[in-house]
Formats: sequence, C-alpha cells, structure tokens
Amino acid sequence: MFNLSKNKIITLLKVQYSNMLEYRVEIALWAISGIVPFFMLNIWTNNNLNESINLSDAMLSRYFLSAFFVRQFSVVWVVFTFEEDALLGKISPYLIQPLNPFFRYFAQHIAEQITRLPFAILIASIFFLFNPESIWIPSLGIFFLSCVSTFFSFLIQFLIQSIIACLCFWTEKASSIEKFLFIPTLFLSGLLAPVISFPEYVKSWIYITPFPYLIDFPANLLSGNKINIISGFFMQILWILVLFPVFKLIWSLGTKKYTAMGS
Amino acid sequence: MQENIINVENLSKSFDISSKEPGLKGTLKHFVKRQTKSIEVIKNINFEIKKGEIVGFLGANGAGKTTILKMLCGLIYPSQGKLSVASYLPYKRRPNFLKQITLIMGQKQQLIWDLPPIESFYLNAAIYDIEKFEAKRRIKKLSDMLEIESELYIPVRKLSLGQRMKAELLAALIHKPNILFLDEPTLGLDVNAQRNLRKFLQIYNKETDATICLTSHYMKDITSLCKRVICIQEGCITYDGKLNKLLKKISPLKDILIICKTDKDVKELSNAGFIIKNKNQKEITITIKKDSIKSTLFKILNKFDIEDLYINEPPVDEIIGDILVK
Repeated sequence: MFNLSKNKIITLLKVQYSNMLEYRVEIALWAISGIVPFFMLNIWTNNNLNESINLSDAMLSRYFLSAFFVRQFSVVWVVFTFEEDALLGKISPYLIQPLNPFFRYFAQHIAEQITRLPFAILIASIFFLFNPESIWIPSLGIFFLSCVSTFFSFLIQFLIQSIIACLCFWTEKASSIEKFLFIPTLFLSGLLAPVISFPEYVKSWIYITPFPYLIDFPANLLSGNKINIISGFFMQILWILVLFPVFKLIWSLGTKKYTAMGS
Repeated sequence: MQENIINVENLSKSFDISSKEPGLKGTLKHFVKRQTKSIEVIKNINFEIKKGEIVGFLGANGAGKTTILKMLCGLIYPSQGKLSVASYLPYKRRPNFLKQITLIMGQKQQLIWDLPPIESFYLNAAIYDIEKFEAKRRIKKLSDMLEIESELYIPVRKLSLGQRMKAELLAALIHKPNILFLDEPTLGLDVNAQRNLRKFLQIYNKETDATICLTSHYMKDITSLCKRVICIQEGCITYDGKLNKLLKKISPLKDILIICKTDKDVKELSNAGFIIKNKNQKEITITIKKDSIKSTLFKILNKFDIEDLYINEPPVDEIIGDILVK
C-alpha cells in the first residue's frame, strides 16, 4: 500500500502546491470563511461568559485565535473530491499506478495548507492589531508540540473522511454521512466553545471521543492554557492507530467492489 | 516463438445492477426496497496473447470489450476464472505489475487540468521511480515522437483534444510499459490526429516489442494496427484469429468494376447472368464469389470488348460493421 520515496513525496507536494497556487483567490476566501472562532470570541466576551470558566479575556482571545489556526491547518475535504472522482470513474487511472490515490489527496491537503499560511498570518495580524492585549509568543517547544498536535488533528480528520469516502464503493452519496458527522464535530471539537465550558455530564464522556482532540486540545496547547499534554497526545495517537487499520480494511474491501463507472 | 504474456481461462464477470420502474410508484418502491439483479457481462472466455502482439477487441456497445480490458489491467476484480498478465494476478495490483502496464481511456484523463502537462509527466515519473535525468530524456524522446514539444508548457485546459490525447499518451508511456491497454484511444480525434496516433503506436510497438490490446469503434484503428482480432458478442468470444481470415470468412464476395468500350457491351453484360451492383453509362460493377474469380474473368475477357477492369474487396468498415450487428 505504501510505496513512498523522498522523491515521490517532494514531487507530489511540489506539483500539488503549483496546482493550489492556481486557486489562490479561492483559498484566500476559504481562509477568510474560517473566521467562525472570532465570532464566537465576540459572543463570549460581550456576554462575560468567560468568567464562568475562569479564563481571562486575553486567554480566551488566544484560545479562539489558536482555534482559528488549528482549523485552518486541519480542514479536510477529501470525501467530496474522492466521491466525485469515484463516481465519475476519474480514479481509474490512479488506481493502476503504483501509488495509493489517497496520497494524491493527502498531498493536495498539505499543499492547500501551505497556500493558506500567508492568508492565515495576515488574518491573525489584523486580529492582533485590534486586540493588542492578546499578543503572546509561545515557547519554541510549545509551538512545535502545537504544530504536531494540529497535524495529528488533521490526520484523524483525514482518516475519518477517507473511511467515509471509501463507502462510495457501496453507496453513491457517502458525503451525506460526512455531513451527519459535521454536527458533532462542530459542537464537540471546541470550535464554538472550549470543551472546559461544557456541562460535567458531557465532559464525562467527550474525552473518549476523537472530537476534543481536533480543535480544543491543540488550541489550548498553543494558547498556553492548562492542559494534560501527555494524555492529549496519547488519545490523538490512539485514534490514529484505531482509524488507520479501519481505513486500510475498508479500502481493500472497497476496491474489490469498484466497477470503474463512467468509463 | 514468443511466450504468452496474457492468459485468460474461463473468465467471467457479473455486475449487480439495481433497476427502477418508472413513475412515482416505481420511485417509492425503489426507495423502500431496491431490486437488484446480477448481470453476467463476461461469460466464460478464454484466450492468450503473445508478447509483442497487437490485438483488437471488436464488438458492439455493451458487448464487454472495456470490461475485459479493465480486468486485464487490474482495475476490476473478475467474478470467476483465471487470468494472468506478465505472470501477475492483475487485481492484486502489485507495484511491479503496475510498472509494466498502462491503460489509456479515450474519455478519461489523468493530466492535471490547470497545470501544463510537463508537471504531470514529472509527477508520473516520480510515481514510477524514474530518476529526474532519465525522466527528462524520456519526455524529450516521446514528445519528439508525438510532436508535442511546444505544448508541454501550456496548461492542459488550453490544449486541443488532439494535443491533450497526445499528452495523455506521453503521461501513460513515460514508464515504458510492456503492455498497453487502449480503450478507444482515438475517440473524438480528427482524421490527421488519428493517423498520427496510429503511426506512433506502430513505432512504439516495433521499438519496444510492447503488447497492445485495443478497442476502437474506428475500424481504421483496427485494420491498420491489428493483425489479430477478438470479437465479443454479449460477453462471449465469437471469433479469435487473424483479421484477414475473418474478413474472408465473413465476406466471401468480391466486386469487379468493368469499364466497357461500348454501350452495347454494358447491355450484354447486364444480361449475362451476373449480380449487378452498379451500372453507370460505360461502367458496370458486378459482385461475384471469391472462388469464381478465374472463371468469371475468363468469360468476361473472352466475350466482351473491355477497356479496363478493377477487382475490389468490399469496404472493411462495412464488413466489420456487419459483424458488430450480427
């Protein structure tokens, strides 16, 4: 399944980055459309909701800015692209190449993240211009760990969506299942509110799901809030280790069902 | 004697297809309980292909030609039977097998739409573990052969269909495959582009001894490239052998165009008991059985004062068209 070399990875990334640069305006708009955390910050601070969870205004601003960054670099859309390619038979040429087609999609996502970076920095700079009290510089170690946990968050979401995408081999509209998953992801990931603010009965089970490790954990890590780093990473790695074999299995079963429709 | 590179034994393929009755009632019924039925599109077929052969798969739409190619290249799993391609089971899709084959579908593309084709070529070269220097050399050689050097740096979306098809071919051949599966490679191309593509495939086959399996609805592709054809009808092989033999078998007739010196001869020829195909002033075309050429010519040359005479095969397109209909 993995037949990767340094040359393959670099060429894939270079080509996909060139391709993404063709869509720079679109990507800038996507980056701007990801400012939901700033709206949430506004709601929280204007209603003094942060007092209930003992977070200062500055810390809350940093949390939502971090959530914005984590979201920017963990957005996944593979299910939609794969669904179209599978239903129209576009993946046929890729299936008979000695590289799993999902590496193409993976490289597309990484290339898109690199393209997003300057826009995300620009948006953050504007945010700091209006909220100078929120400016902070995380230590190099924390910054590195945050990048790793954001990448793990991206990996978890990529694996979940890839598993759903493989359902295209059985059902025509696998993306509907993803839409169903979007709701818990939105509410339970920490994008709208830090998980610490959730009721106790929710907190009693939410940490065994993958959702808090998608936004809340990396955002808290980056913003410097108190968090159990070891258990956070442990759960992220655990979910990756659980999801990866599931993906491999469903891919192997799905390709046997593939009928190369549309060609 | 060349060894077999493709072996197919009792191969079958079935697809589950859901059917829906028309109207609201049918829609509701389909929503509640889907009716599926299994359709056997390939039925117990057997054939072998030798290294370096160019084989054409002939058949009407839906006969199963493309399904055979898809199974041979490993894109879809067979339902029953055995097949081996270059000593591999295609559906396992082992990297060493995939490096030996290529599939070109006239209506599908693998080039990245918004980038110049050269980017896709380098990407493919990396996927097939080809060094950059070697990749450059192969791109140069193939682009020279295909005459697309000037289009390498133009975004794919701005290329014409013919230019795009050539670029697709280059992308599919950059890893020097031994076995080419071509499904309607000339689809939508103009006459010149079709001719160039055929010429290229002939040269590629000669230079690399590659095996080519081809399906096409353009009979010229088949007649100019394939010595051997496999006819498929409703998932079964109805003929497997030389194209010439098939043409003789299917069409045991010949046309003779006779140009007479006088109108009187035309009149007499018309009444001599031949099957008349065409009659036009001093020209008359008769259709005869191939095994009676000698005696017919003898009779005509002795009895009539003729100016000229041509013996023609009926057009190949017509004959193959008949096979597809039958």
